[in-house]
This record gives sequence, C-alpha cells and structure tokens, in this order.
Amino acid sequence: MKPAPFVRHVPRTLQQALAILSQVAGQDGRILAGGQSLVPIMAFRLAKPAHLIDINEVAGLDRLESDGKVLSIGARVRHAAFHAPVTDNRLAALLTYVARHIAHYPIRMRGTFCGSLAHADPASEWCLTAATLGATMVAMSQRGTREIAASDFFEGIMSTALADDELLAEVRLPLLTPDAKFGFYEFNRRAGDFAMAASLVTYSLVNGKMAQARVGVGGAEPSPRRIEEAEAALNGQSPDDDAFRAAAQAASDAVDPLEDHQTNAEYRRDLVRVVVRRALEHSLT
Amino acid sequence: MTAHTKGTGMKWVGRAIRRLEDPALVTGQGHFTADLPAEHWVRFVRSPNAAGTIDSIKAPDGAMLITAADLKAVKKITPMLHKFEYRPVGQSILADGIVRYVGEAVAAIVAPSEEEAEDIADLVELNIGATAPVVDARDALSAGAPQIHAEAPGNVILKGEVKTAGFDGVWTSAAKIVKVDARSHRQNATPMEARAAHAAYDKASGRVTLTCTTQMPHLMRTAIADLLGIAESDLRVIAPDVGGGFGQKMSLCAEYVLLVWLALRLKSSVAWTEDRRENLIASFHSRDQYIALEGAFDKDAKLLALRADVVSNVGAYSCFPTTSGVEPLMAMAEMPGPYDVQQYQCLARGVLTNTCTMAAYRGVSRPIITFTLERLMDKAAKAFHLDPVDIRRRNLIDKFPYTSATGLIYDEATYKQTLEMAVHEIDLPAFRLRQKEARAKGRYLGIGFATFSERTGYGSPAFAARGMAITPGWETVHVSVDPSGYVEARIGSSPHGQGLRTTLAQIIADELGIPPDLIKVVHGDTDTAPYGWGTFASRSLVISGGATLIAARKVRAKLIKIASHMLEAAESDIVLEDGAAKVAGTDRSVTVATMAREIYTQTHRFKGELEPGISESGTYDPPGTFSNACHIAIVELDPETGHVKVDRYLVAEDAGRIINPMIADGQVHGGIAQGLGNALLEEIVYDESGGILTANLADYMPPTAREMPHIELHHMETPSTQSITKAKGLGEGGTIGAPAALLNAINDALTPFGVEIDTIPATPQRIRAALRAAEQATKKSA
Ligand SMILES: Cc1cc2nc3c(=O)[nH]c(=O)nc-3n(C[C@H](O)[C@H](O)[C@H](O)COP(=O)(O)OP(=O)(O)OC[C@H]3O[C@@H](n4cnc5c(N)ncnc54)[C@H](O)[C@@H]3O)c2cc1C
Repeated sequence: MKPAPFVRHVPRTLQQALAILSQVAGQDGRILAGGQSLVPIMAFRLAKPAHLIDINEVAGLDRLESDGKVLSIGARVRHAAFHAPVTDNRLAALLTYVARHIAHYPIRMRGTFCGSLAHADPASEWCLTAATLGATMVAMSQRGTREIAASDFFEGIMSTALADDELLAEVRLPLLTPDAKFGFYEFNRRAGDFAMAASLVTYSLVNGKMAQARVGVGGAEPSPRRIEEAEAALNGQSPDDDAFRAAAQAASDAVDPLEDHQTNAEYRRDLVRVVVRRALEHSLT
Repeated sequence: MTAHTKGTGMKWVGRAIRRLEDPALVTGQGHFTADLPAEHWVRFVRSPNAAGTIDSIKAPDGAMLITAADLKAVKKITPMLHKFEYRPVGQSILADGIVRYVGEAVAAIVAPSEEEAEDIADLVELNIGATAPVVDARDALSAGAPQIHAEAPGNVILKGEVKTAGFDGVWTSAAKIVKVDARSHRQNATPMEARAAHAAYDKASGRVTLTCTTQMPHLMRTAIADLLGIAESDLRVIAPDVGGGFGQKMSLCAEYVLLVWLALRLKSSVAWTEDRRENLIASFHSRDQYIALEGAFDKDAKLLALRADVVSNVGAYSCFPTTSGVEPLMAMAEMPGPYDVQQYQCLARGVLTNTCTMAAYRGVSRPIITFTLERLMDKAAKAFHLDPVDIRRRNLIDKFPYTSATGLIYDEATYKQTLEMAVHEIDLPAFRLRQKEARAKGRYLGIGFATFSERTGYGSPAFAARGMAITPGWETVHVSVDPSGYVEARIGSSPHGQGLRTTLAQIIADELGIPPDLIKVVHGDTDTAPYGWGTFASRSLVISGGATLIAARKVRAKLIKIASHMLEAAESDIVLEDGAAKVAGTDRSVTVATMAREIYTQTHRFKGELEPGISESGTYDPPGTFSNACHIAIVELDPETGHVKVDRYLVAEDAGRIINPMIADGQVHGGIAQGLGNALLEEIVYDESGGILTANLADYMPPTAREMPHIELHHMETPSTQSITKAKGLGEGGTIGAPAALLNAINDALTPFGVEIDTIPATPQRIRAALRAAEQATKKSA
C-alpha cells in the first residue's frame, strides 16, 4: 500500500498552479487538495498520477464569503470550516447540519468542499448539497475561466465535467430565503461511513403550502440529483405525512438504483423512500 | 507505576493494578516487527484468480523474482490429523503450478525498499489459465463441483461423526422437534497490526533471527526449521510487541517461511509488512459455516437430544498446527453448550473451497454454535409458549462435575445463577412494559439472552482427542531471583495484549511477598524463553499462570530454606513479606536481595545443603475448566431501514478467581466489540468468481467506538478446582455470547412482523429483505 512514484509540485499562486496543471494534465497530473480521497486511492494503486499539484499553499483559495446572493467556497476550504455556521443566512445552518455527517473529525479537518465535488463520489454529502441547491462551479485553467451548473457538472461515478487541465477554484451556493425550510437525512451502517442513501430537501411555505420544493437524493445513483417527481408531489401541498410519503414513494420509484454487495436495488429503493421522508420530517423540526 | 496499590505484603491477586506493559505502549516506545530496518524488502505477487493454472510469471529485467521453482528443496506445509478421515493436503510456500484462491502468493519480488518492491511487483506479468472456482461450501459438496485438491475427493478434508447410544429412541419419543438453519458468513479477525516478518542472517553464527508478529514463536521455529531442513537451534524466533492476534497469528503463514529462506540465501536481512488489503484477502479467515440444528424436547420443554449438521468452509488449504479441523471439530465437541442434554448426533465436515484458508479466530466456532443453539432455545420457547428465561431455567446444567454427551467434563460453574443475576439486573418486567409501549408507537425494541459455557485452559489431552499430530497444551515457566534480588519469570506463552506480564507478576508477588513491579515477565524469544505453545484459546492465565505458581512456590520454598539458614530459625517460622523473610513474632529478618546475594556469591556458607542460585521451573498441563456467562442485549430495530441499534448490553459472568478485575473486564469488552462486529457488521464477501468485494476497511466493517454500547458487567467467582490458581480463562467469552444475544434481541424485536433471521451478520439489507417479504405477503393476502 505504497503509492506509485510521483512528483509533487507546490505552487504558491493560482497562476503557477494552472501553469503546472496545463503542463502535466496529459500525464495524469492531479490536484492534491485534502488528500482524503486521492491518497487512499493512490495507496491502493487505483490511481497512479505521475504528478501531484498540491494546492494547499496557493494564496487566495481559502476564500469563504457571501455577497448577499451566493456563498463562495474556495478550493482550500475544509469540511471543518462548516462545523459552525459561516454566515447568518439559513444556508449556513444547513451546511453545518450536513457537515457533521461527513466522515470523521480528522478527515473533516483535512478534506475540502471543492475536493469532494471534484472527486464526485455518488454518496458525497457536498455533491448532494451542490446538486440540490443548484451550485455553480467555477473552473479555471490557463485557457480561461468558465462556470458550470451543478446539473451539468456531475457526469457519473467519480466523473465530472472538469477537463484534465481545470482546477475547481470555487463553488458558489445560492443563499436561502429567510423563511426557507430544509431537511437532511442519511443512512449508513456505521457512523462516518459514506451514505447508502441520503436526501436533502428545501422548500418554502406559501400560505401553508409547500412551494419551490427541491428534493435531492444522493448515494442511490451514479450522481446525486433532484427528483422532479418527488418535488411535484410536494409543491402546492401542506407539509404533512401524506405529502411526505407521496414524495418519498415518487423518489423511490424514480431512481435507477446503484447496486453493491450490501445494497441490492430493492433495498436501495427502500432506503431512498426512507431518507426522503425522514429528510422532509426533519424540515419540520 | 502501580498507582492505586499501596503497601506490600497484601494479596496482589484480585486487585485491579495497572498493566505493567502499558507505559511503553502508550508512550510509543513499543517495539514492533515493522520498526526494524532491513537490507531487502519483499512484496508478494498474489493471484487475481480463484482457480487456475500458472502459465508464466515474468518480472522486469534485473528484478529479483522468487517462484515455486526456486523452492524445490522446501517442504510443503502439510498439517496432520490422525482421525476423522482427515485428508492431508499440502501447501507450497509459493503457489506451484496451481492457484487456489484470490490472494494466494504466487511469487515474491525482493528489492532494496518496500516501495521499490511494490513498484516492481506491479510490473510482473502473471499469466494464469483460469478454471472454474467453487466458493460456497455447499456448492463444493455437490456432485461435479471442481476439486480443490486431488487428495480430498468431494472436497471433504475431514468428517467427524458422533451419535450417542440412546439417540434414536429418545428422538422418536420427543414431544416436539425444533429446528434452526443457521448461517455464519466469513470473517477476518482484523488485528490492528497485520502480519509482518523480518529475518536476519548472522554471518558469525550462521543463524537466522526471525522477528515476526506471531502468537506462538516456538512453534514457528519448529515448523519453519522442519520445512527448511535446518536445526531448530539455527533459528531464533522473536515475537516483539504484537498488535493483536485473535487466532489469526497462531497459524504458520507461508510468507514467514519464505522470509527465513531468503535470509539464508541472501545471507542478509529481509523484511515484509503485510498491508490491510493483503490481510483481508490472504491472511486467515474464519467462521464460514452452515449449521442445521434440531432439538428434541419433551412435553415440559426439557431438551432431550440434539442433532447437528455442521458444514465448515475451510478454504483452500489446511492451517498449521490446528488443521482445518479447528472449526468443525470444535463445533462438534461443544455444540451442547451449557445445557443438560445427554443424547446427541452430529455430522461435522470441513469443506475445501477456492477461498482464503480458514484458521482459528477468537471463540473458534463457539460464537456460531452458541448463536445457533441460543436461537434454537428461543424458537423452542416460542413453540412451548414459554419465556426465553424459563426455557433456559429448565435446561441449564446445575450439577457438577457434569459429563457431556461428547465426554467433556464440566467443572463447577454458575449457569443458572448468572442467568438469574443478569435477568435481575436488567429488570425484565420493566423492559417488557417499555417494549409494549414502544410498539404501540411504532418502535421496535427487542431483548436477547445468551447463556453459554466457555471451555478454557485445556491441556494436551484435549488436543490429543482431536488426533492432532501436534498437541499443544502444557506450559513451562522458569522463575529466578537474580543476585540483586530481582525476580524474573521466563514464560513459553506469548502474550500480545492480554496483560499477562501483569497478571503473572501478581501471582508471583503473592508467593514471594514482592511487589509486582519488581517482577519481570520475559516472553516471546525462543533464545530466552522456555519452549511453550504461545497464547491462544483462553489458555495462558490458566496454564502459564499455573506453571508460574508451581515455579514460584518452589522459589518460595528455596527462599525460606535460605532464610532458615541465615536467620537460624525453623522453616515453619519464616514468613515472606515486604521483600524480606521474617521470623514470625520477632524482629529478625533478612531481605530477599541479601539472601539472593548470599546464595550466589557466598554459597559456601550453606555448607553444601543448598544448591547455588535461585532458579526454578514449573510445568502445568491441566484438564481444562469451563467459565460461563449470561449476556443480555437490548436493541432497537428500525423496520424501515433494517438498522439495529444496541441500547443496552449486560453481562453476568463467572471466570473463577479473577487475578486482575480490570484486565478481565477489558477482555470481555474487547470480545463483545468483535462479537458485535460478527453479529451485525463484518462479512468477507466473495463474488461468484471468487473475487473478494470487501478488501478494505470501508467495505469490511469492524465496529467503531460509535457503534459500541456501554457494557455493564456483573461478576460471580466460582474458584475452579481444575486450575491451581483457581482461575478460569475468559478471553473468548465476549465474542461467544454477543452474536447469540444480539440475534435473539433482533428476533424479539421482529416478533410483531412474524419474520426471523438466523444469519450473521444480520445486516440491514438482510433484515429488510425478510421484512419486505412479510410486507408483500400481507399485501397479497389483504
Ligand atoms: C474514512 C473516510 C471516510 C469518508 N467519508 C466520507 C463521507 O461520509 N462523505 C464524504 O463526502 N466524503 C467522505 N470521505 C472523503 C472526504 O470527504 C474527502 O475529503 C473528499 O472526498 C475529497 O476532498 P479532498 O480535499 O480530500 O480531495 P483529494 O483527496 O485531495 O482529491 C480528490 C480528487 O479530487 C481532485 N481535486 C481535489 N480538489 C480539486 C480541485 N480544487 N479542482 C480539481 N480537482 C480537484 C483530486 O485531483 C482528486 O482526484 C471520506 C474519506 C475517508 C478517508
């Protein structure tokens, strides 16, 4: 369990980082952020990048700020940054609640928000958050900067729209309205494990009825996504058990479940039904 | 060091003194095999195929590649059993022409560093002509299944059968027959430290020192010297600090043999550190069994007879020294457990498959047979409309000594008393009320009981009864007092976390009137420790402790003789306390240090009546003793996800005289953690082609601290008459009781749904599958 040989580069500026990335991208050069996914994969030799561009010294990438519309999260911002609310917007409460479900404390001290998105594990809580809330990814390379919508970003298991020479420099999450409701629930067998299914929901209440419902499901399909059928089952309804059950069933029916040795398709559908309903129930607490 | 022990001359046995071995370990000063520097490092190339023939192995130019072709002079590992239709099968140190499981070592790359060895091993081209594997033991028994070894037709490596004389008559007269089909999936003991070995050649003496993480250094020496055809005295085996073994390190691994061979060939030092993936796929596995168990009861729910069919998947090879009989034969011998049942029939088969070799794992079969038998008792309770406690009351052994249907002699124990104690402490009526209220609110609580016996500290006759070519059993201890008055005990046991340095020191301390922290317990080096069998099977405190007591008593006698000379007093008037010998009722005394100095350096003063020096030996080979316990688990089951949360866990146990209560509690805690893993989480999963889907600790899931409940312990002490220290072993009880208690609790919680689960681990997917089937059945009928 020793990684294959590699060269580690430690750029200090974004320009240097992008320059090195463009040079080594063709030789499976990779960004090293928190290392909490990449290093284990290298130890197993499932990845053998010849070059690592360690971005932990790059100035400016630790940006974490809100402009009143979006929260911008730079590539060096760790999961642990969200252990306490980062702004007084509801979004911060949501992120704090979600963050504590990610892995274990030492891993949250090192792993990064952007690294989770770039890595794109189907069960990542941050990927689910980005997909549900409609994040914007800011990808930079020597060729320029482009913005990618969450719905275009996730392309499958550990696969994204980022090009080999692109750095995910920042992720922008839209702030929530003050009256927004959110709920989150995930299921796993041991504390800190990747979710076998997870759901994040948000909606607002208009005259006691749910509106602008977002129902995200993670860990069940190759990429997290919003489930329109479930959202349709909520919008215009009172936030009650009937509506929640209908949405949960709709989500369970809509997913095309991933299977593994501990989760066959039927069981995954069971879990999706449970996590969506419990996330919705959580929104009322 | 012994912070909460004040004063000397008191009894040390029975006190929770802190472990003498811990200061070094917790400050990072321990010595582990992988700490040693080496000239050469080994990386094994392992088979990606479960079955096949090796067509070619090619390493990059300049690489040092070792294959079976280089090892023609090395014998195959061929463990032997002289009973039970055992078919000896051989294992080459590196696969010789045929591969039999994914992970089998096919070649070794030797390089100047671990990293380089892995880089080169990555480039080795291995061509294997894959053949059809068989992974499941029942499939391997079916007609036409691939044959793993020509020597074992039908893949049956051994077959044990018993049937008591009156069985048929009793069986047909029974009021009710209750049946359980239990399945235990495969597990890995997952010691914190995986395997590691370091072999160094000494140019001056021509000897090799093998430092390795093992539970039995002497047996490693015997086995490896045999295989390589060298004198045992030319091999020194050292077990330094060992990061857990749990049985996985009591078998000989081919890798260690290769390391010694390489050190001899290279006349240099060579090392190997196993990584976690290798440990999970290629170190020893365990607990892969099917047990079909039936119980015949009379009309009063008294168990009359048991009938068992044990199918134990032993993997691709037999393990040394226990052989692959270790699980099936243990299951056969101990199936009746703590219950009074005199009629018994059993068929126990060890079945070869294309999977990693099976070996002992803490509890050996008893976690499975206990879970099976305890499920049977709960099913019988249901069938008779009895409470689970009641049916146990009617059947537990309460007259001693008791001779079991398989001829085991149970010494005095407290099966019923620990049950009553546990039931009292848990407050069963209050729980039943809470359970009822919870169910009304859609919450499902369950309680599960496990009563069991734990056979411990058995000597060589027990192993001889299995027909083993190698019968471990006895232990020898040398206790000496050096000229400065310090005491040293050299032991053949090989503790690796059990705290034996402390508990043996406590035993000696009481005999000699010297505090334990002045007593050194030396182990794990074949050059300095007496030949012994190491540490496994809850044996060391009983057997090595007994040998220690025998040797310490001789030292005590010698000290009294010396004192009698020096103080000119009758031996009967001498007492040993506070590090000195005193003449009772006077102020005349002489310190142990002075006596020791005299007997070594002023020998003439003893006028030839006493031998010089103080060095005594004790050997102990006891018949074995049974400790016992009742475990109770309370769980909450989430019927929507299948998740099981352990709310409360209570143990009432009796392990005879407790030498150090803190250490005893620690053994129970650790065992329950592993038992909980076995019951709920841990499973090695093979796919149909024999590939392992659980080759890392994200997929193979030992419990973390967050999954562990608080454990409440209650003790009884029934001093053993079968052990001279009166102590019984308790190293395995935690693993033995936990799966049974947890599965019974889960099934109690499942009662309203009318489904049962008799498989470990009871994963959420399995629980949901059972519930889903029930939901669909009710939908259909509605
Ligand atoms: C035991 C364990 C449990 C875990 N449990 C969870 C869990 O429950 N939920 C969860 O979400 N995660 C979990 N993780 C993963 C953890 O959250 C990682 O930190 C995260 O997935 C990746 O972030 P990182 O900063 O460590 O990225 P790295 O490991 O450094 O990189 C991961 C990948 O992303 C690429 N990358 C990283 N940053 C960028 C960037 N800015 N631009 C472009 N590419 C980039 C890298 O090149 C690499 O391919 C767990 C990890 C461990 C070890």
